[in-house]
Amino acid sequence: MAWFKREKKGIITSTEDKKEAPDGIWNKCPNCKKPLHYAEQVENKYVCHYCGYHLRIGSKEYFSILFDNNQFTELFNNLRSGDPLQFEDTKKYTDRLKESYAKTGLNDAIRSAHGKIGDQELVIACMDFNFIGGSMGSVVGEKIARSITYCIDNKIPFLMISKSGGARMMEAAFSLMQMAKTSAMLALLSRAKIPYISLLTDPTTGGVTASYAMLGDITISEPGALIGFAGPRVIKETIKKDLPKGFQTAEFVLEHGFLDFIVDRREMKTKLASFLTMMKN
Amino acid sequence: MEISFDFEKPVADLMHQIEKVKQVEDKTKVDMTATVAELETKLQQAKLQVYSNLSGWQKVQISRHPNRPYTLQYIEMMCDDFIELHGDRTVKDDKAIVGGFASINGETVMLIGHQKGTNTKLRQYRNFGMANPEGYRKALRLMKLAEKFNKPVITFIDTPGAYPGLEAEERGQGEAIARNLLEMSVLQVPVLCFVVGEGASGGALGIGVGDRVYMLENTWYSVISPESCSSILWRSWDFKERAADKLKLTSEDMFKNKLIDGIIPEPLGGAHHDPQKMADTIKARITEDLAILRKKEINNLVDERIAKFRGMGVVNEI
Ligand SMILES: [Zn+2]
Repeated sequence: MAWFKREKKGIITSTEDKKEAPDGIWNKCPNCKKPLHYAEQVENKYVCHYCGYHLRIGSKEYFSILFDNNQFTELFNNLRSGDPLQFEDTKKYTDRLKESYAKTGLNDAIRSAHGKIGDQELVIACMDFNFIGGSMGSVVGEKIARSITYCIDNKIPFLMISKSGGARMMEAAFSLMQMAKTSAMLALLSRAKIPYISLLTDPTTGGVTASYAMLGDITISEPGALIGFAGPRVIKETIKKDLPKGFQTAEFVLEHGFLDFIVDRREMKTKLASFLTMMKN
Repeated sequence: MEISFDFEKPVADLMHQIEKVKQVEDKTKVDMTATVAELETKLQQAKLQVYSNLSGWQKVQISRHPNRPYTLQYIEMMCDDFIELHGDRTVKDDKAIVGGFASINGETVMLIGHQKGTNTKLRQYRNFGMANPEGYRKALRLMKLAEKFNKPVITFIDTPGAYPGLEAEERGQGEAIARNLLEMSVLQVPVLCFVVGEGASGGALGIGVGDRVYMLENTWYSVISPESCSSILWRSWDFKERAADKLKLTSEDMFKNKLIDGIIPEPLGGAHHDPQKMADTIKARITEDLAILRKKEINNLVDERIAKFRGMGVVNEI
């Protein structure tokens, strides 16, 4: 639930901006500060070729990296939030949503698509952090639920790419119940013996970690990703101590037994494809 | 009876007045019966006035009243017998979640709940009702045990949240809660859940996936506490009342939004005003529900449970 505190580092230009951006645009690597050429970033799967830092990317980039020839059919893209509580803090939730639609060109913090990876069928649902911090509300829960049903009906494996600050506060208990809803749907997917891969990317925290993200048949991550239930700031305030170096990184979570492996984004497609092949044969 | 909140002042004032009049009567031996009766009537009116118009924030305060009964006290008041079971078989015994086989009207159930302490020392011992991963894993172990022997599962929810600690992260707080959500959704026995105090976020939901989920009248249930919501969305601790209002976290709102299955009425003023009556009400509901749920074919029950949670959420199709 710490989306408001999101650090700007690593979030690259939004999908909309990028369409307009000239090919020669330069970015700085948030880690080593070296300049990165846009075309090089695309070529290198948005990994800094100097230091290996994995830039934060969204559904558009993940789909292009993973789906064969970047070809896929988007699923359930017609869903938008219903604002069931008429929520208003310093801003109306509906206004916040409108701004996010305009800023990101997305309908919510998740997109789902059916395509092929290494010539094998796969449904990928991928979260977008620049839509209200990748927060999970009704639309995120509903799209995941529908994607799972789609996978069961069509016998297709499911890859969930999480990237989220947690539940969306403006939908309060509706957001909370998406945790139960998605987990219950995953129980059905499991019963159908259809493989579920959960990929946790930087950052994955809160209610997302405490539901579908941690329930993969295999649960994997990218180097350096922040993964946790409580946010680092909250923990620090609770225990009144500095957190150890590397706390809540993917490497830390792997070491404590909650990840199957960490995969470099540049090798991700190959590794996922061979997993899918093994499940079939 | 202990009165402790600002909004209860009209009630407290009248109680104080009645007390005074009775003292005068004792001293002067002048008959004050009529005056007392009149004040008692006013007191009843004041109570109704105060307690039937509680705001979200006032209910949050009542839900945290230190004299409210917690799980073990409910067990004592409701059950003929109880065998507490400990430990997650991996790390340790979490004191913030208790559980065991309990006998209610001769029927064996698995009863699991958050446990808060009743004095300073015990509050620390119980970690203020904030469970670590092993608490959720103990709960799951007990639920699977209940499933094995075909005993229904009853859970009592009362937590300010899952513990946000260093070791909790090391031992996979997120995974522990997630696993419970998945397993509870397909548990092959009836599951009843009662929010008896605070229902804070994933820490509450972690033992909260059931065929029937109830909230006691003056409890709250949401994705975040009003205080934290205020600090995050308004960037100040001063908007907790407004946050409580906006979060729609009361039993009434949660029922209206179809996120719970029912509201359990509390004694006037809150469960702590008459714990035994509160326990009797809950017990009656458990007995009634189990009679109904026991008759259902288990696969249908589980399908209905999943369908209920599947249906939660509001989206627009554009
Ligand atoms: Zn770099």
